[in-house]
Amino acid sequence: MMTKAAQRSAEGRPQPLLEVDGLRKHFPIRRGVFSRTVGHVYAVDGISFHIDPGETLGMVGESGCGKTTAGKTVLKLIEPTAGTIKLRGKEITGLDPDSMRPLRREMQIIYQDPYSSLNPRMSAGNIVGEPLTIHNVALGKEKEERVAALFERVGLRPHQMASYPHEFSGGQRQRIGIARALALSPSLIVGDEPVSALDVSIQAQVINLLMELQDEYNLSYLFIAHDLAVVEHISHRIAVMYLGKIVELTDRQSLFEMPLHPYTEALLAAVPIPDPKAKRRERIILTGDVPSPVTPPPGCHFHTRCPYAMDRCKTEVPELRKIQPGHWVSCHLHDSGPMFPLARPRNAGRSID
Amino acid sequence: MSIEVKELKAAIDDTSLPVSGQAETVLEIDDLRTYFFTRDGVVRAVDGVSYSVRRSETVGVVGESGCGKSVTALSILRLVADPPGRIVGGAIRFEGANLLELTEHEMQSIRGNDISMIFQEPMTSLNPVLTVGHQISESIILHQGLSKRDAMDKAVEMLRLVHIPEAPSRAHEYPHQLSGGMRQRVMIAMALCCNPKILIADEPSTALDVTIQAQILDLMRELQDKLGTAIVLITHDMGVIAETASRVVVMYAGRKVEEASVDDLFAQPCHPYTKGLLGSIPRLGLAAKADGKRAPLSEIAGMVPSLFNLPMGCTFAPRCAYATDHCHEESPPLEEKRPRHWAACWHTDRLLGNTE
Ligand SMILES: Nc1ncnc2c1ncn2[C@@H]1O[C@H](COP(=O)(O)OP(=O)(O)OP(=O)(O)O)[C@@H](O)[C@H]1O
Ligand SMILES: Nc1ncnc2c1ncn2[C@@H]1O[C@H](COP(=O)(O)OP(=O)(O)OP(=O)(O)O)[C@@H](O)[C@H]1O
Ligand code: SF4
Ligand SMILES: [Mg+2]
Ligand SMILES: [Mg+2]
Repeated sequence: MMTKAAQRSAEGRPQPLLEVDGLRKHFPIRRGVFSRTVGHVYAVDGISFHIDPGETLGMVGESGCGKTTAGKTVLKLIEPTAGTIKLRGKEITGLDPDSMRPLRREMQIIYQDPYSSLNPRMSAGNIVGEPLTIHNVALGKEKEERVAALFERVGLRPHQMASYPHEFSGGQRQRIGIARALALSPSLIVGDEPVSALDVSIQAQVINLLMELQDEYNLSYLFIAHDLAVVEHISHRIAVMYLGKIVELTDRQSLFEMPLHPYTEALLAAVPIPDPKAKRRERIILTGDVPSPVTPPPGCHFHTRCPYAMDRCKTEVPELRKIQPGHWVSCHLHDSGPMFPLARPRNAGRSID
Repeated sequence: MSIEVKELKAAIDDTSLPVSGQAETVLEIDDLRTYFFTRDGVVRAVDGVSYSVRRSETVGVVGESGCGKSVTALSILRLVADPPGRIVGGAIRFEGANLLELTEHEMQSIRGNDISMIFQEPMTSLNPVLTVGHQISESIILHQGLSKRDAMDKAVEMLRLVHIPEAPSRAHEYPHQLSGGMRQRVMIAMALCCNPKILIADEPSTALDVTIQAQILDLMRELQDKLGTAIVLITHDMGVIAETASRVVVMYAGRKVEEASVDDLFAQPCHPYTKGLLGSIPRLGLAAKADGKRAPLSEIAGMVPSLFNLPMGCTFAPRCAYATDHCHEESPPLEEKRPRHWAACWHTDRLLGNTE
């Protein structure tokens, strides 16, 4: 069976649902009694990507590299510092809250921290039903029924609609957030670690649900997660971020079979294997301090920890370039064509444990 | 010795305990029952759970979301909100005392000191109006009596140990200024700063990427090797369990349904729920091989029963492929099905027959 996205691209390139170009978000750092700005956190520092209708773009990367910020900025929940965001070809970057309102229906988010994102004074049923009220979609009995149906879809019991967030477990709260995001049948959902609080069997249910809904409604997802097996499962393409930038972007098959960025390679090697008898793989230990987005290292941001770093990596910024069809990488190792597997220089920070 | 071990040695006070031959049990949870008395009825969140942890050992706890893992952990520290929650039965033994019988004052000196906890949701346990450095140093002052200044130095050192970049300046930031994974690491730093004898880690790495997760798990292991810390590791990540735990407890609907060494559990699950759980793990590299098509993951059909009115008999029966009438009528006892491998199921034999 062909996915809708595949059908469309067979008929010629579809118009992307979302196009992001040169997106930046810098947070000022304020210190002292006068709150002087003493620097900036370059949380998202110039990223570009698109998502087609019915497509899932997975997003992975080191903790603190800017994934949540990217997701929230795309939805304009925080204002970008620079760059453009287009929804179905229409630029939404400069829209004021009033003009944004109708578009909000189409773009939803599932938050990373379910607890702090759910209003503790509202019942779970009202939390999930609130978007229906705000956007005048359904009221009264009809609303009740829709909320009950949403509860069932995400594996909660309709009688739990009357309970408050603190009465649920962590994974159950996450499902309330998912039900709320689904309430308005949006066309784009940014899922910020939407399944990491769930046990594997419910995680499987939710992932299957998300994939089903995608096929049914041609939904698009920006799917942020740490679990690479989950990302591999649900994504069509995957973006790997490091310190505010996308360092590799390709379809999932190439990413897992032929990672071309050293950070991606290290990331894949660190995935814990669910088999106690599995021989410990050669793990790539990233040595060196984790750099800070306040003072990112010059040249390639990754050079301070990269086992393959060369002299030029310390000064020259590698651009995100197309190394192979559909495979974008920012790394000097590939300047004269793709190199795979990555070369292993002497004294590389590898060790076996 | 790696740089990190040295750093750890410096950061953790030199209070190494003598290593005895046979590791003794340091924490024993015995038939614990914690219920919530709500307007709709009684939620039997933890309904007769027992497990124990030995010195230097890591016990993994897994189970369906909502099955009572966190409530068990909170009960150990007596942090379940009362009302509506109440520990209605059982005992929790630590160093010869039943924690359930201590006064609140006695409990306070144990919490965060002898037994510390990494909470599942960082934002619920971090104070939004205090800087993270302040919060860690407060706990150090409280339990170790260091001066304000020394405590702050140690707090910064702990933040560095959990790989927070630019720890000295990050210490002056508020929780909302940090990313999800950084908040989680702040929690971890706080839990480790007082050299606990028992560390209860409730989903300590869900917000961390795999490289930092590996470093944090190494850090916990080093603490364990050095101080003999016993760790209760609650996690959904079966990969983390496989790599970190020596024994595993599987919970379902408020009860323990299986317990075994990590090798035995993965090789030969004796409870159908465990088998389903192991079958639902997404495995790296499998999807990419499936010629570019995304296949659904295998899942355990159905829903956990409502804790208000648990079914008669085995609580897993409504979802179980092996269930017979007997299962629906009588609750299966926890039995030693194989050497040191316990499960509560009437049909383990059939299950094992089918797996072989
Ligand atoms: N304050 C409360 N009032 C009523 N029920 C509660 C309350 N707190 C927890 N519960 C219920 O107790 C059960 C156990 O919750 P617990 O948080 O221990 O689950 P868990 O196993 O940690 O799940 P997860 O993996 O999702 O974190 C849940 O079904 C939850 O709904
Ligand atoms: N409101 C804010 N004020 C100041 N700094 C911020 C703010 N929000 C985020 N940051 C900083 O921006 C950077 C990126 O944070 P972000 O939350 O986007 O990371 P992330 O990739 O989602 O990480 P994680 O995987 O840990 O959730 C971090 O250094 C963080 O401290
Ligand atoms: S006792 Fe019966 S219902 Fe329960 S898990 Fe075993 S086979 Fe299934
Ligand atoms: Mg985040
Ligand atoms: Mg929990």
